[in-house]
Parts: sequence; C-alpha cells; structure tokens
Amino acid sequence: MTMPDMALLDSFRDPLLARRLLAAIQNRAAHLAEHTKRPVHLMEVCGTHTVAIARSGFCSVLPESVRLISGPGCPVCVTSNSDIDRIIALTRIPGVTLASFGDMIRVPGSSSSLQTRKAEGADIEVLYSPLDALRLAQERPERQIVFVGVGFETTAPLIAATVERAVAQGVENFSVLVAHKRVPPALAALVNDTEVALDALILPGHVSTVIGSEPYRFLARDHNIPGVITGFEPLDVLQGIAQLLELLAAGRADIEIAYRRAVHVEGNPTALAALERVFEPSDATWRGLGRIAQSGYVLREEFAAFDALRRFSPEVEPTVEPQGCRCGEVLRGVMAPGDCPLFARVCTPAHPVGPCMVSSEGSCAAHYRYRRG
Amino acid sequence: MGDTVLLAHGSGGSMMRELIEGLFFDAYGSAELLRGDDAAILETLAAGGADAGRLALSTDTFVVSPYFFPGGDIGRLAVCGTVNDVATSGAVPLWLSVGFILEEGLPLADLRGICASMAAAAREAGVRIVTGDTKVVERGHGDGIYINTTGVGLFAPALGYADSGHRGTRRALSGADCQPGDRVLLSGTLGDHGIAIVSARENLGFTSTIESDVAPLNHLVADVLDLAPHTRCFRDPTRGGLASTLNELAMQSQVAIIVEEEAVPVHDAVRGACEMLGYDIFQVANEGKMVAVVPAQEAEAALCAMRASRYGKDAALIGEVAAIEGGAVDGVSAASAVGSVGAAGAAGGDGGGAVGAVGATGGDGGGGGRRTDRAYAGAEPLVTVRTAFGSQRVLDMLVGEQLPRIC
Repeated sequence: MTMPDMALLDSFRDPLLARRLLAAIQNRAAHLAEHTKRPVHLMEVCGTHTVAIARSGFCSVLPESVRLISGPGCPVCVTSNSDIDRIIALTRIPGVTLASFGDMIRVPGSSSSLQTRKAEGADIEVLYSPLDALRLAQERPERQIVFVGVGFETTAPLIAATVERAVAQGVENFSVLVAHKRVPPALAALVNDTEVALDALILPGHVSTVIGSEPYRFLARDHNIPGVITGFEPLDVLQGIAQLLELLAAGRADIEIAYRRAVHVEGNPTALAALERVFEPSDATWRGLGRIAQSGYVLREEFAAFDALRRFSPEVEPTVEPQGCRCGEVLRGVMAPGDCPLFARVCTPAHPVGPCMVSSEGSCAAHYRYRRG
Repeated sequence: MGDTVLLAHGSGGSMMRELIEGLFFDAYGSAELLRGDDAAILETLAAGGADAGRLALSTDTFVVSPYFFPGGDIGRLAVCGTVNDVATSGAVPLWLSVGFILEEGLPLADLRGICASMAAAAREAGVRIVTGDTKVVERGHGDGIYINTTGVGLFAPALGYADSGHRGTRRALSGADCQPGDRVLLSGTLGDHGIAIVSARENLGFTSTIESDVAPLNHLVADVLDLAPHTRCFRDPTRGGLASTLNELAMQSQVAIIVEEEAVPVHDAVRGACEMLGYDIFQVANEGKMVAVVPAQEAEAALCAMRASRYGKDAALIGEVAAIEGGAVDGVSAASAVGSVGAAGAAGGDGGGAVGAVGATGGDGGGGGRRTDRAYAGAEPLVTVRTAFGSQRVLDMLVGEQLPRIC
C-alpha cells in the first residue's frame, strides 16, 4: 500500500479556507432563503460523505436554512436482509471459507450475523481487497473461498478484475456472492418518490471516479435537480455545498464536478470496460428502496461458474425484518436517524437493530457517534 | 450481551464494558473492583498515614500477533502495560508476577528473546519480576505465547527502591476526581502502537516508518507528580484509544471534556495509515502514552515535566474539563464506579493493551434497563472535539473491533 501524501491532504483541510467557504455558504443560504422562504434540502448520497460531514462537525456551523439529508450510499446498509441471510447461509456450507470486507461482519441478518457465525466456528476472513481472497484460494486449495461482493460501482471493478484473474490463473476454488449495486438507478427511484423532498444532490466522489458525471445527467434534465460531484475532505464538501447553493440561487439545474482531481466526465474507461466484460446490469433489491430495475449486477453467463449462489445453492432461512427498524426510511431520506423510535434507545452501535447503526458509513452510526447532543 | 463471547468483547470499547459490568461485576462485586480505576487500591494492616499503608494491584493479559513487532515485542508490552496501570493509581510499581501460556512448538529462541526483553523493560522501570507460572498448551490452541503480568505498587515504598520513582509518600489517584477547569495533557503522539501492529500483521508495507510506542511510564508519572502535586489522575489510553479513556474519565468524574483536535500530536505516517484504513485516530491503541488531568494552575508545570521525560518529548495540552450542562447525566452516578478486571484482549486483537477498567453507567439499574453506553436523550455528550473549523463533534467510545471499511 502507498501512504497518502498528508501535506496534500492537509491542503484540503485548511482551516482558513474552510472558514471562508463557510462564510460564502452563509451568504448564499441567506440570499436563497429570502426567495424560497423555506430551508433547502441537500442529500449527500454517499456514506463516506455522511461520515466526512459528521466528523467535520459541519452541522454545528452550517446555516439553519441548509439541511443535509443522508442518502442510500452506504453499501452495507442498502444490502437487503435476504442478501445478508444468503451470505450467512454460505458460512454453513462445509468447506467454505467466507472472505469479506470488515464492515459486513457485524450486520445482523434474520437470526444471525457473520460475527456470531465466526464465534460459532465458521471460517470467516476479513480482507482488504478481493485480490487477497484470490490469493487465499491459491494458498488453501482444500477450501472453497467465497468473496462477499458488496458495494457500488467503486468496488465492482475490483471484483471484475479478480474474477478475470481467477479465470486467467485457473483458480477453481474461488467464487463471489455478487450483491453489488448501481447508484444512478437508485437515484432515479429516489427522485420519483414523492415522499422524498430534495432540492439538490451532493453526488458521490468515489463512484463518480468510475462512472463519470454523465449517468447523473437525467437528474438535471428530467427532474430539474442539480447535483455536484465532490470529494471527501472538508474543503471538498464545503465547495460542493457552495456550488449547489449557487446553482439553486441561479435556478439552474446542472451536474457539476467539484472533484476534478479524481473525477472526469467520462469516468474511468479501464474500470468501466472491466465492469462491462464481467457483469451485466440486473434488477436488485435495496433495503428501504425495494426492487429497482437495473440497479444491480450479475455475472455474465461466461463467468457464471464463479457465482457462489449457483455453485453452492445454500439453504436460506426465511427472511425476518428487524421489528420496528426504520432503516428503510432513513436510507430514503424521509426520516432522520434521531427520529427513529429505536435510535439510541434500543438500537446502538453495541446492539444494532438495523444496518444503518452497524456500518461505519451508516447514517445512524455517524449520527450516534458524532452529532448527538 | 448475546449468547457467545465475540472478539469485539475484548476490544476495549463499550462491548467489553458490558461484559465487565454485566458478568464480572455481578460475579465478584468487591468494593475495590467497583472503584473503576486501572489498578485496585488495597488497604493493608500496616497503616501509617492516609495512603502510606495502601498498595496498588493490577493485572493484565497480553495476546498480540505478531509477538515481535516494530518497536517492541509481547514481553516488553507485558511489563510496560502493567507497570503503567499501577503507576496510574499514583503508587510506585515495585513487583511483577509473570504467567506464561506457551504453545507447543514455540521456538525457544523466541521465548529467550521475549524474556530478555521483559528483563530489560523491568530494569528500565525499576521493578522486579518476583514470581511466575508456566503452562504449555497443544499446538493450535494458542498464538505462540500469551503472557499475564500482575503488578504491585506501594504508596510509601521503603528506602532502597529509589530507582523506581520513589519520592516519599504518594496520594492514591482516581479517575473520579477530574473537576471543571482542569486541563487534559497527553504525553505524546497518538496511535503509534495500534498502527505498527496492524501494519505488521496485515503486511501493509509501512512498517519501516511506524514503530510501537510501548514504554514504561512510571518515571514520567513520578516527574509529573513532583512538579504538579495536585494532578487529579493519570490513565493510559491503550485499547479503545484516547476516545475510550476520556469517556471513562468523564463518566467517572461526571464532567464534560473538550479536546482541541489541532492540539493532539500525531505522526504523519500514522495519520496517513488511519486515512487509508478508515480508522479514527482517537480510537487506536497506544502502549507508551499517558493522559494526565491536572488543575489549570499546574498544567504548565506538568507539561514541562512530561516534555523533560524520555517518553514525553511530544507532550501537549490537548483539552480541558468542563461542567456538564444541565447537571448529571441520566442514569449515571459517580458513586457506581467500576473496576480493573483484567479481561484479556482479543486473540490477534489490537495488541493486548491494558486492564479493562471502565467508566460508570447506571447500566440496567439506574438507567431504567437501557444498555446505551451513556444516556443520549436529553443529555449533552460528555466528550467533544473542537475542530480547526470552529465546529464541534462528539468523541465516542469504540464499539466492537476497529474494522477496515469497504471503500
């Protein structure tokens, strides 16, 4: 791994510039409020933005008339209960070693979690990259290594590359449970949902690095909703908010990039090509948003042998949704975490009821951890 | 608490606290245990003044993978961890016991190296290893080597222990004594140990730049007490990091603590690693750092003492103690303290770390059956961080293990 250049990162955390941007935001918000006579609602789509905003404490200094709503951009959170149950079911197949990113370990399914299965003796490895899972498969030929593919367009190309490498190297004891999601179809579902009141979108930086800015164009064109793609440092976030307020004030719906050091209009052609070769879009079920057309991925037929569900056909328990959990409404932005009756009372990071309290990127966890009080 | 022990129960955060309060406290419940400090303070028959007849006792079990790591090894960790826990009580650590659980197949050369390292650390700290025990388990039933150490310290050591930091009779310190207006000092950079371990274990390739800070801090504590005799308390931010330590102190003392983010010293390489792994630096383990809470008028002196000490060159004033707005936190009482149970860290966890001493909550009783770390509704959070942007955020305890994120 390469260490990040902290001097470079620090330049995006400059307190003086941050205070100036905050002042600009306050001016624009005041100006806007004079016309609209109501607060503007900006949704940060991405869970990493939710955490960045919470960590920076910006909610304590942003003007009252700018309301930030967390969206469905936490990969663990939007994974449906039935998918979690499928993942847990795989740990019960003899000979299977489940390899997962760390965030998934504590998410409760209908009756268990990977953490509990691990304590019960299931073979579960926490990894940093799907390529590590492939290496594990080569090191342990007697085991069947199943990688849990959860995430958005950001991580999907890594899985695609790993599957292609498994083919090239003839690794047969490796497979993937594909539960990846695509962001633009979910945004389409959100803006068509009349319950969700949105004025503008803070668009995800990482996902856009892969897909570029054009897949969001329909938001501006068809729904009159502006969006700004931005990064995750404090200045990136503030710059994104400032640009959105400017678009709103001018009454101009457009998709802008405030994260040019990473995002290009056309995205990352290499990653997109890998996605295209290995996956095809398919309908998928999101927690909170339900079934959305073309919002997930499945392996293309020529890679179907690497589909863990096909390979093992695990017996999955009937899905039981956690009682009283409002994660679905939180993910759609129609309920703030603190308004859920379970929040901080029954549902805490130590005893999460729903995934939004489990994942470090979940809006309930971020809210509990940084913003309360 | 669930039906089974999870790795997260050993990670120094709120889940471990539940285990301690819900199981160990129920089972043992001694007054000494329930005080809630890193070392238990024991009355002896030989009373000779307020604290002169007391002794301090602390135990800790060390499980770290790999057992040799950049900047130290499990042996140095086992000596320093317990020495530091005893030192936080104000007592002068003098004697250690050592219990080994060895796995069949452990190279003797490794054991010899670890013992030499323990001897060197004990010499440095001025403590003597005076008794021990050895067990061997079958191959596959241990991680090479586990070590338990128990430390005893005195508040008025006899002459002849001058090299252990003896300067006359000491006061027994408690984390329940912080007062509004006090200053919070940190003896150096945050996160070095935790990041050194994770990078060595996961082969992340930045091991050359980050070394564990594992060190005995009893002399630093003695130096601070000399110059700042009214120091309220010390606590070493091991597992669970500074976040857990400050929350424990705030709960024990029923105060708020405000940390200035910019004032907290962190090596660039450690910050970079945290960025990459998605770790919160405030929750990463340290093994050679001490937090001291000091009355404002002695803060400067305490800082000077730390900086003059071998392990405190980067010491900084990082925050201050304030009154809780609106009175005591719901469900929490300063009297219902908790104690120093030596819950072992998770196998392959964050590097062993110290005794699972924790702060107090009303738990099932006072809190009306809720099991939150601390009351949420209607109460101010106890520990907050002031950022460079003038904004504020809550600094919460670690829950479960620190896990790398997805993207």
